Amino acid sequence: MNDLNEPVDNAPEFAVSRDMVRRGLLVAPLLLVVSGVIWGTEGVSGSAYGLAIVLVNFIFAAGIITITAPRSLPLLMGSVMVGYVARLGLIFIAVLPVRDSTWISIPSLCATMLVTHLGLLVWELRHVSMSLAYPGLKPKKSSPFN
Amino acid sequence: MEALVQVSRLVSELNAADAKAANAAIGAGFAYGLAAIGPGVGIGFVVGKAIEAMARQPESAGMVRTTMFLGIAFTEALALIGFVVFILLGL
Repeated sequence: MNDLNEPVDNAPEFAVSRDMVRRGLLVAPLLLVVSGVIWGTEGVSGSAYGLAIVLVNFIFAAGIITITAPRSLPLLMGSVMVGYVARLGLIFIAVLPVRDSTWISIPSLCATMLVTHLGLLVWELRHVSMSLAYPGLKPKKSSPFN
Repeated sequence: MEALVQVSRLVSELNAADAKAANAAIGAGFAYGLAAIGPGVGIGFVVGKAIEAMARQPESAGMVRTTMFLGIAFTEALALIGFVVFILLGL
């Protein structure tokens, strides 16, 4: 916990968010095509913008924990709470300039934000619960519960 | 409270279309504000319990941090839903 020299790559939340960003980029073409079919060109740009917001939000959330957790637990608690408000504010600021733009579809932006956020989380949760990150906890094949 | 009364007085002086837009904006603001409270409490609870777990068992900090991160992200989805409603209602 108190090892400040711990490499960032070893931080578990960083690994989780990196996985989610990788998967988000993998499914991005599919999302853009679906949005394009439903909302047209504006849908594609809205979907891309929404996807970028969600992925950057994940990176910020993981970064806050990765930076503060090795330092102290109270700092972690405070920074997560302040970070929550700050990230909501950043999302608001990110959407504010494009709300009246003609090149972006707001329903596409909203739908992509919700679907991507929840979808990537469920996808990652499935992998974490299968104990890929901690193979030692993975149930043995000989276990009667398999 | 006085500000609310003043806002409602101003709204009553507007025409129907403007009043509808003003009410939508007020409702959207309340929706976003209220939707952010629940996740805030939830994230505080998740982080508090995770820190308690890490303090009790420092050797399991990695697993606790993974679970905490996922918990935070899931709780934050509620705030995102509120934000989406806020946008759609009348940003």
